[in-house]
Amino acid sequence: MNNPGPTLSDFGHDPLWITIIKAVAIFVFLMLGVLFGVWTERKLISRMQHRYGPNRAGKFGLLQSVADGLKMGLKEDIMPRTVDKVIYLLAPVIIAVPAFLAFSVVPFGPMVWMFGHRTPLQLTDLPVAVLLVLATASIGVYGIVLAGWGSRSPYAVLGGLRSAAQVVSYEIAMGLSFVAVFLNAGTLSTSEIVAKQAGGGTWDILGLHIPTPSWYVFSLIPSFLIYAVCMLGETNRVPFDLPEGEGELVGGFHTEYSSSLKFAMFMLAEYVNVFTVSAMAITLFFGGWRAPWPISLWDGANTGWWPLLWFFAKLVIAFGFFVWVRASLPRVRYDQLMAFGWKVLIPLNLVWILLAATFKALRLPETDRMGIMAFGAVVIIVAFVVWLRFDTVNQRRREARAAQVEEEFEQLREEPAAGGFPVPALDLPHYHGAVPAARVPTDAKEVTSGSN
Amino acid sequence: MELYVPILVLAVLAAGFAVFSVGIAPFTGPKRWNRAKLDAYECGIEPTPQPVGGGRFPLKYMITAMLFIVFDIEIIFLYPWAVAFDRLGVFGLVEMVLFIVTVLVAYAYVWRRRGLDWD
Repeated sequence: MNNPGPTLSDFGHDPLWITIIKAVAIFVFLMLGVLFGVWTERKLISRMQHRYGPNRAGKFGLLQSVADGLKMGLKEDIMPRTVDKVIYLLAPVIIAVPAFLAFSVVPFGPMVWMFGHRTPLQLTDLPVAVLLVLATASIGVYGIVLAGWGSRSPYAVLGGLRSAAQVVSYEIAMGLSFVAVFLNAGTLSTSEIVAKQAGGGTWDILGLHIPTPSWYVFSLIPSFLIYAVCMLGETNRVPFDLPEGEGELVGGFHTEYSSSLKFAMFMLAEYVNVFTVSAMAITLFFGGWRAPWPISLWDGANTGWWPLLWFFAKLVIAFGFFVWVRASLPRVRYDQLMAFGWKVLIPLNLVWILLAATFKALRLPETDRMGIMAFGAVVIIVAFVVWLRFDTVNQRRREARAAQVEEEFEQLREEPAAGGFPVPALDLPHYHGAVPAARVPTDAKEVTSGSN
Repeated sequence: MELYVPILVLAVLAAGFAVFSVGIAPFTGPKRWNRAKLDAYECGIEPTPQPVGGGRFPLKYMITAMLFIVFDIEIIFLYPWAVAFDRLGVFGLVEMVLFIVTVLVAYAYVWRRRGLDWD
């Protein structure tokens, strides 16, 4: 509370070796985070499903992910004959690099002493830091699309397209849910957004000083709820994990990547993305590295290296939320997913932004409050009239459609073969695809499957 | 410019790791040649030949992509407005209501023409 933390002007003064130390620290943190994140997820979800989960490799199965990673390295690396080699090999790199980059603007803590230098616990900050996170998320989509495209297999192409359509759809709602935060913070820099959530006012009731919550999750709860849905959609996690709908698409865009280190890149990127969206949720809505309320009463809570601990605890809780959702919810259907993103989240978001802006304008000093309220009333009345008109039109359309269905039903009842049911059409199109590629002549001795 | 150097450092680190992993993958595992193994996976049937360059894909994905660009640009307009809102005051509010209403007209049109329906 007493320490608002670093601002934009505190960045850009580090010597290169401090920068390298911080970058390596973030890299190692993310790698270890993925290894133990996978373990945490498997362990938690097992407990939620009344089983033990991994418990063989190491104490409590802690080394399970290390073992899995080693196994991936020792598996045969299969590159299917038909793939577009350059794109196929480039896709895992394209998906992994931006996943790491987003973490360069995540604030981990305040100014600390590091080997005799005073430096913020954050790799860097930009005047447009949140835009950088959105940009890296967009570049990650290229990895998905190119992986599907370069594989040249129907499952992979469909999975890649689906995934791209889903991620871009939810990116819009995600971008809109940030607007209310920027409106209140007045900046896009992550460290300053955290500083803006430093201290609220106090309520004086019966002589008691009760601190009002200063995190944006309280004042901007609609934004946070929309963001919470979007972060599941954006990272292709349950209940929006359709790109990997194994019942219909095998593995989705990474079907053709055998269980080698190339596949490990996709796995890594998925988990790092989960951490990124969690870290953004913490930064924008949960006060970043600041201590939660009962701890924040202690004066030293927001100084030194302690905030690293609060940040980590918040990250673990956010990751636990992902696992909890995965254990609780079934997968949605694809048309439901798209309809929810486009028809619910976006209009809700736009209306909420206007509402938040109106509240904000009312609180500005020296403002024409009556004028704003009159303007708001006019907008609401006009919106209501337009909605009434739409409703009437929709009602009429629905009735007409019901009548039409009724009529068709009557017709079908007269004639059993009408409409092609239950007899399938005999002139369904045949597949006229490209001719199969010629078998590559080779002298290599074929090893049949299963005979090592 | 100093603000961007750390991002570059992290990018070099991440890219180095990713390229190393992808590059080393063919050398760490065994190699057993098998014709079926090198086919694209299609649940065991003879793989459908895919034309070079990707071939055709459903139009609805392209519509989604176009709508994404339209709305993404709208978001880009909202960001500077949100940051400068304190200075713009009531003028900014009125302007943004007009802007969003204009966008909503387009949005309602797309909805009405079933551009947002998946099937």
